Amino acid sequence: MPRFMSLIQVDEQSIATQAPDPDFEKRMGALFEEITKAGVMLDTAGLAPTSQAARLHWSGGKISQTDGPFTESKEVVGGYALLQVKDRAEALEWARRFLEVHPENWNVTAEVREIQEGPSDPSELPCP
Amino acid sequence: MAVTGTDAVDTTGASGVGSAGGTGSTGGTTAETVETVFRIESARITAAAARVVRDVGLAEEIAQDALVAALEQWPESGVPERPGAWLTAVAKRRAIDLVRRGETYARKLAEVGRTLEDTPPPPEPADPDDIDDDLLRLVFTACHPVLSTEARTALTLRLLGGLTTQEIARAFLTSEATVAQRIVRAKRKLAAAGVPFEVPYGEDRAGRLSSVLEVVYLVFNEGYSATAGDDLCRPALCEDALRLARVLEGLMPGEPEVHGLAALLELQASRVPARTGPGGEPVLLADQNRARWNRMLILRGLEALRRAGEGPYGPYCLQAAIAACHARAVRYEDTDWAVIAALYGRLAALTPSPVVELNRAVAVSMAEGPEAGLGLVDALTDEPALRGYHLLPSVRGDLLERLGRAEEARAEFERAASLTHNERERELLLGRARRS
Repeated sequence: MPRFMSLIQVDEQSIATQAPDPDFEKRMGALFEEITKAGVMLDTAGLAPTSQAARLHWSGGKISQTDGPFTESKEVVGGYALLQVKDRAEALEWARRFLEVHPENWNVTAEVREIQEGPSDPSELPCP
Repeated sequence: MAVTGTDAVDTTGASGVGSAGGTGSTGGTTAETVETVFRIESARITAAAARVVRDVGLAEEIAQDALVAALEQWPESGVPERPGAWLTAVAKRRAIDLVRRGETYARKLAEVGRTLEDTPPPPEPADPDDIDDDLLRLVFTACHPVLSTEARTALTLRLLGGLTTQEIARAFLTSEATVAQRIVRAKRKLAAAGVPFEVPYGEDRAGRLSSVLEVVYLVFNEGYSATAGDDLCRPALCEDALRLARVLEGLMPGEPEVHGLAALLELQASRVPARTGPGGEPVLLADQNRARWNRMLILRGLEALRRAGEGPYGPYCLQAAIAACHARAVRYEDTDWAVIAALYGRLAALTPSPVVELNRAVAVSMAEGPEAGLGLVDALTDEPALRGYHLLPSVRGDLLERLGRAEEARAEFERAASLTHNERERELLLGRARRS
């Protein structure tokens, strides 16, 4: 069964100004319980704000470092969920449900990426 | 939009849409959405319908009807906001309709001795706990001991694992017709035996629970150490079992052995990437590259074992605790064999079996030396249950080799090779025979 990483991208600045929404948190809690009970969720977490982050860049044989916050990026990765599902369609369906519990005025992107599995299992390789 | 109505339904029943190579298009059609949602929700839909009609086979047909309804209506009306709840509601309504007018139900009534008044139509949208209860009923019914292990396995994979008949057939290297037949017979047998659609409480609970856990455990093992065929391991089957175990954890958080089983499977699965070499040949625990063990699954396993509580441990928790000992050892030399031997001792006391005893012998040989292990193994050589079991001569060969008794060791490895049905394992054993 393939694994998918759902990278949750958010606009940090606009989220910082949102008032806490207990109803949203309740909906999110219920959804997470549902995903977990479906035996699908392997791991999930939210990430600390990019003000605590750094980007290391390797280029021309040199490392450069940019400290957060990354204000030049409109959306940054704010969390992830690792799901194990039968196929891409199922992963997208869970991502859709995840987005739908958010308040309407939010801007959130879920980038759903399949995990490249090792070559040890030929049956899992994508069929042409 | 020309929805492929019955065609699509037939496909779902046979092989599942999307698994057949993927359609590739982004966004997907409504029909694809319907089928995806249905696959995710089918166990719950079936369970909800089964509570009303009290017949698993009939409930599955009703769930299929709900799928057809969605395929007909969603392209027109758009995908409802809560598609899973929509499907469940349609299925329940159909189930209740069927109960109200159907002769089938009159017959059912006579069989189970219930009256319509006992099962009022449940309110919508359904309470998640209710659905969990229904799912749990489905679990216990599909794994009812009145069914053979094979029947239980097929029915569970079909109804709860969401596997198609074709996928089950492929997993167990048998024909689709055989699996289909097995499932049909299983449903009939449940109906004929009047198995109530209920969660057992009281004194038969423990026995019924172990019947459920056994099914998941067997599915995992069939994937983990394929008893037949060219592959040592069929990871897809392990993953199906793991998913079922995780679902069971959610449904029965108060049962330590459910957590124990999940822990055991997570921990065993963590070693899958290291268990086979580049050519598909088996790699023994001692030789595995532990960097390839899946850390996340190890952590999940240890966490599940923690959820199982302080004990006293049942057989699955004990096995999980043994697997946890291996998982915690960064290098093979770090393995705490004394603890493992003690855990096997407790397991043997709880579920006496020559196979457990054989494992204990290995652990003792590691903790106290090959001589001590050989004594325990030799006590097992006349054990009828181990006659033809390749691991007995394999272990004996290993101990003899460590004692420097090369000639006897070679004979044992050759004997083990002649007994295994797995090609990869045979090669490994013959290799050891040549080297000793």
